[in-house]
Amino acid sequence: MNGIHDMGGMHGMGPVQHEKNEPVFHAPWESRVYTMHIALGAWRKWNIDAARHARELIPPAEYLRMTYYEKWFAGLLDLLVKRALVTSAEIESGTPAAGTVKATPPLTAAIREHLLSYINASRNVLVAPRFQAGQRVRARNINPIGHTRLPRYARGKTGTVERDHGVFVFPDTNAHFLGEKPQHVYSVRFSSRELWGEQAAPRDSVYLDMWDDYLEPA
Amino acid sequence: MNGIHDMGGMHGMGAIQHEKNEPVFHEQWEGRAFGLSFAMDSFDKWTLDAFRHQIELIPPAEYLRIRYYEKWIAAYIELMIKGGLVSRAEVESGIPAQGSPRMKPALPAAQVPAMIASGAPASRNVPASPHFQAGQRVRTRNINPVGHTRLPRYARGKTGTVERDHGVFVFPDTNAHFLGEKPQHVYSVRFTARELWGEQVAPRDSVYLDMWDDYLEPA
Amino acid sequence: MTTKRRDFLAGAVSAAGAAMTPDLSHAHGHPHDHDHAHQVVPSDLTLRVKALESLLVEKGLVDRAALDALVDTYEHKIGPRNGARVVARAWADPAYKQRLLANADAAIAELGYGGQQGEHMLVVENTPQVHNMVVCTLCSCYPWPVLGLPPVWYKSAAYRSRSVIDPRGILREFGLELPEDTEVRVWDSTAELRYLVLPERPAGSEHLTEQQLAVLVTRDAMVGVAKVMLTTEGASA
Repeated sequence: MNGIHDMGGMHGMGPVQHEKNEPVFHAPWESRVYTMHIALGAWRKWNIDAARHARELIPPAEYLRMTYYEKWFAGLLDLLVKRALVTSAEIESGTPAAGTVKATPPLTAAIREHLLSYINASRNVLVAPRFQAGQRVRARNINPIGHTRLPRYARGKTGTVERDHGVFVFPDTNAHFLGEKPQHVYSVRFSSRELWGEQAAPRDSVYLDMWDDYLEPA
Repeated sequence: MNGIHDMGGMHGMGAIQHEKNEPVFHEQWEGRAFGLSFAMDSFDKWTLDAFRHQIELIPPAEYLRIRYYEKWIAAYIELMIKGGLVSRAEVESGIPAQGSPRMKPALPAAQVPAMIASGAPASRNVPASPHFQAGQRVRTRNINPVGHTRLPRYARGKTGTVERDHGVFVFPDTNAHFLGEKPQHVYSVRFTARELWGEQVAPRDSVYLDMWDDYLEPA
Repeated sequence: MTTKRRDFLAGAVSAAGAAMTPDLSHAHGHPHDHDHAHQVVPSDLTLRVKALESLLVEKGLVDRAALDALVDTYEHKIGPRNGARVVARAWADPAYKQRLLANADAAIAELGYGGQQGEHMLVVENTPQVHNMVVCTLCSCYPWPVLGLPPVWYKSAAYRSRSVIDPRGILREFGLELPEDTEVRVWDSTAELRYLVLPERPAGSEHLTEQQLAVLVTRDAMVGVAKVMLTTEGASA
């Protein structure tokens, strides 16, 4: 979706605020949000693509106002309700609905390794690549209302395939539980001038990892 | 600038809230803010383009959160301070600085009807060679200025057809920054919806934008 | 649960789950038929604007009566009724319609309208084959002399963002479904040209006088998000 999260190339977002010796978590609640997110992910009711998309759905004014883990929290609440682990009423009251049977968490301290397989997005399947290293490609001008990892600033732009990373889950379908549709992902190099015009430095470039479905021959 | 104001084509901004019999001003302060802006414009310390750009400089989270006339107030405060008409201290305290001279209103009440009726034409009666003509295929340049522009991001690097030459107008990209009017031809350019948004949109739809000469190159 | 935690959660839920977050600083987010309730306690904005006006008056920069005149003009004198008269004249008088389409500034001035934010007018005509819609994606440009000041929805992020990419979706939200073979033209007011849509004259209106026709023409139709109907249901919208 052409959401506020898709902010590559925007001006007006202010200077980068560099905090010295920044703690991992600025407040305990941030660490609880982070760990809850991972622990609840073990129920396999959603995937990482759906989790990203849930954050993209935060209304733009809120998205810009919220701190990072506030957004994780908002996204987590959305997932919990949409994937029926919790109801809105339970969230607002803070107590389980009457008669709910207590479940057993799938993720305990003893099975941390489980996490690694959950996040692995590569797939060991045979899929024919449409492009190869050295080839000129153009990013398609798609404007889906759902999840995509093709930023607006790169659409319709021409670049060069630098590397074929192999086969991965496709977020545009996976985020919406429409299947993994595994396909090749390529590192594509775009010159800065291609993206931003003649004012950009002539030797600079931006590399994006692009799924096969995003590309057409140039 | 590629600011939050440049929102053509964005998703996620919610449903249209359509209020029946909407009043012109929802609260009295809105009308006062509206009036103040014209009263202060009359000092000729800034241009309409500079005003638009000042709004664009409102931080994005604020821009999306605050109400329409709040943006005007925020912009006008900055313009007035930059224009030397008030100081920030005066705005924050609400009290004129000690010893500051009393001025005369640039817009007395009696002049309001004439000011509204005459408007502020942006056309300029100067010779300027048009680089393009009706029927010609053009491409918008891929510019990404940090300053004011009226070429939206969704239309950059896109190919369209000149439908009409509107004549010569002030150029906002320079005028907003007090770098001169640089008058030039403005054209109505038609872009097919598919050129802008891809194959998913209706094949016969289009978007027309008014484009200054400097925004275009031959296609 | 403490109140703070509940508020935080409730806020997060509404932010995450809602398609539209209620904007707490904007009390007018939903359609009302009644007049807006005025707050008992002056809002922060009321105080801030009052303070600013007083400062500028005290410094001699602003004539309060000029502000009164400006508010009065746009609240009562300049509004969509002007554009409705232009449209009705064009429907009733084919020669006027030709002049309007050829040179909108002059034709609109014939009815006594013009000036601020309408110095460079263009009229775009709706036909059974072509439907026009007007927007300003970058800010809120709008033809004041014929339509008055723009409504909140026209200036909203929702309209500005979606009108250029999904005009048919917007029209659907306004209750207008267009046939697939109708061509939709969206006019993004990037320059000082201001656009007025000349809606199609409703069928069955042949017997109406120009004044009766004018009553039917709504602002929404002149922006291009509605058609003109024979009933006067939405006449003030």
